[in-house]
Amino acid sequence: MEEKQKSGKLLEVKDLHVSFFTPAGEVKAVGGISYDLNYDEVMGIVGESGSGKSVEAYSIIGLLQSPGKVVGGSITLEGEDVLAKSKEEMIDLRGNKVAMIFQNPMTCLNPVYTIGNQLIEALKAHDKKVSKEEAAKRAMEMLELVGINNVEKRMKQYPHELSGGMRQRVMIAMGLICHPQLLIADEPTTALDVTIQAQILELMKDLQKKTHMGIIFITHNLGVVAEICDKVSVMYAGKMVEQGPVDDIFYKPGHPYTMGLLRSMPRVDAESYERLIPIEGTPVDMLNPPEGCPFAPRCEYAMKICLQKMPPYVELGENHRAACWLRVQEQMAKEKSGQADAKAGSQTENKEAGDHE
Amino acid sequence: MAKYILKRVLMAVITLFIVICLTFFLMNAIPGSPWLSEKTPPQATIDALNEKYGLDQPVIVQLGKYLANIVHGDFGTSIKMQKDRPVLDIITTMFPVSAAIGIIAILWAILVGVPLGCLAAYKRGTWVDSLLRVICTIGISMPGFVVATILLYLLAGGIDGFKIFPTIFDGSLKSYVLPCLALGFYPMCYLSRQTRTAMLDSINQEYIKTARAKGLKNKKIIFKHALRNALIPVITYLGPQVAFTLCGGFVVETVFSIPGLGRYFVQSIQNRDYPIIMGTTIFLAAFIIIMNLVVDLLYKLVDPRINLSKGGN
Repeated sequence: MEEKQKSGKLLEVKDLHVSFFTPAGEVKAVGGISYDLNYDEVMGIVGESGSGKSVEAYSIIGLLQSPGKVVGGSITLEGEDVLAKSKEEMIDLRGNKVAMIFQNPMTCLNPVYTIGNQLIEALKAHDKKVSKEEAAKRAMEMLELVGINNVEKRMKQYPHELSGGMRQRVMIAMGLICHPQLLIADEPTTALDVTIQAQILELMKDLQKKTHMGIIFITHNLGVVAEICDKVSVMYAGKMVEQGPVDDIFYKPGHPYTMGLLRSMPRVDAESYERLIPIEGTPVDMLNPPEGCPFAPRCEYAMKICLQKMPPYVELGENHRAACWLRVQEQMAKEKSGQADAKAGSQTENKEAGDHE
Repeated sequence: MAKYILKRVLMAVITLFIVICLTFFLMNAIPGSPWLSEKTPPQATIDALNEKYGLDQPVIVQLGKYLANIVHGDFGTSIKMQKDRPVLDIITTMFPVSAAIGIIAILWAILVGVPLGCLAAYKRGTWVDSLLRVICTIGISMPGFVVATILLYLLAGGIDGFKIFPTIFDGSLKSYVLPCLALGFYPMCYLSRQTRTAMLDSINQEYIKTARAKGLKNKKIIFKHALRNALIPVITYLGPQVAFTLCGGFVVETVFSIPGLGRYFVQSIQNRDYPIIMGTTIFLAAFIIIMNLVVDLLYKLVDPRINLSKGGN
């Protein structure tokens, strides 16, 4: 299982646009997002329902269903352009280089086939030469790796004979059986109860350390993000509003939406009388997105410009950026004072230089 | 499992008993008698015949005697159509004729209908889907005799110099073709529609997404993952349909002059040949009950979640 550790860029998404062409009009589900993911790195994508986080992930693995379509941008995986691949090449890529696990383990396994059958099938789809015995052996090894005991019996069982947590472990085993470089986990813990959630997260962290694969972890649970991710992208209405290392996002959020998310999350250290503060308003109607910043209508700091123009990204620290006019203002103010400082500095320098003369 | 089958057999016996009683009373409620024909015999003859076959006794007594005979395996003899020939003998010679045509008809209906349904589901919204929908809707709504007549017209002499198949069933291989086509057309269309609906439902399930994410080929996703889950409604429909088709379609057997059970059944009602009505009804009812049991056992085979010992849910 231990693989040679690769380093560097695993996945690069650049200015990705995904639209759904519905009878009511074009829905820009993903409106130009960019990020990099390195080997051995876990990135969280956070956002509320309908923010485009799943759609964005589906386009990486080529599972976008009609009427969804990638309309712009690029996705590069290990130096290869994913969007240029043919249908057959995509079939070969899925489950092999990129694996995906889904939200609801109760419905994601086919009820009429045994666990063993479904695991072996995943392996055989990409390794035609593997013998039946070898495939079964590897399937059992995978089941053991994800913490399932009594594997020989489990192989012959049907999904309905296993609990939800167990099924999610099977899903993970199925995803990892071909040793993918990238695992996309679409809310893998959302449908599980909290204790099982913790177990599954622990397992994923553990497996990630063993395999050094990159993981994209889609969730709307910031607690989960804090638990497992190295960096976070916050999505709102198809746009990436903030991106950065996990600590920066939690302790120095730069976008009002991120701040809102953090405030609406229950905290263990909170005073008992403290109430959670929800984000006011409702998500954007994606058919008629507002001009300017999509969060502006709900934003307590909204200014005139927010409703007119989408803010550019502002670097807030190393690999930490946010798209918000507030931060743009701050930066401009800083630059001004910086320039003033610099001017003053150069003047004094000049003076000193002059003094020397 | 054994307990389950025992329970089902017991229920079958009760069902059959109810069917027998109902049919017996209904049959006797139809006005007319077996002895009526163009030349009505004198009243004395009728009375004598009634006495001979026990038709002069009250219906409830007749029923009691009939039930007692059945328990001993005696289904009586024909009283009009083939006088004094045992009913069991008539059924065992006529059923194979109907069954041979029925088996071929239902087989082609399955072999063509199910794949067409899959195709329509896979290509939903395209012209292929629309074309299949038109054909199947026609097939479902068109009465059997129209289908048979169209086939006869097209392939058996309606067009000059284009007589490929005989118009009358004579037991030759060629004469099987048209009756089988006509008899299987309706179940084929119905199956195809049913398969399409079930497949569409199945294709939208999450495990299909998983199968796609695993990198399986489309063929495997459709035929291995989607179809098996779509089979339950198809099997449900097929069970009784197999019984009906094998026992012969009245219309098709009449149009092609096939000496089959289906036609004979209807004729026996017209002739008030009471023992034959009872015999064929019991036969068909038993057949349907058996097919339903087979269907329930097949469910278990197709879907492991179905637990027969807990009431079949």
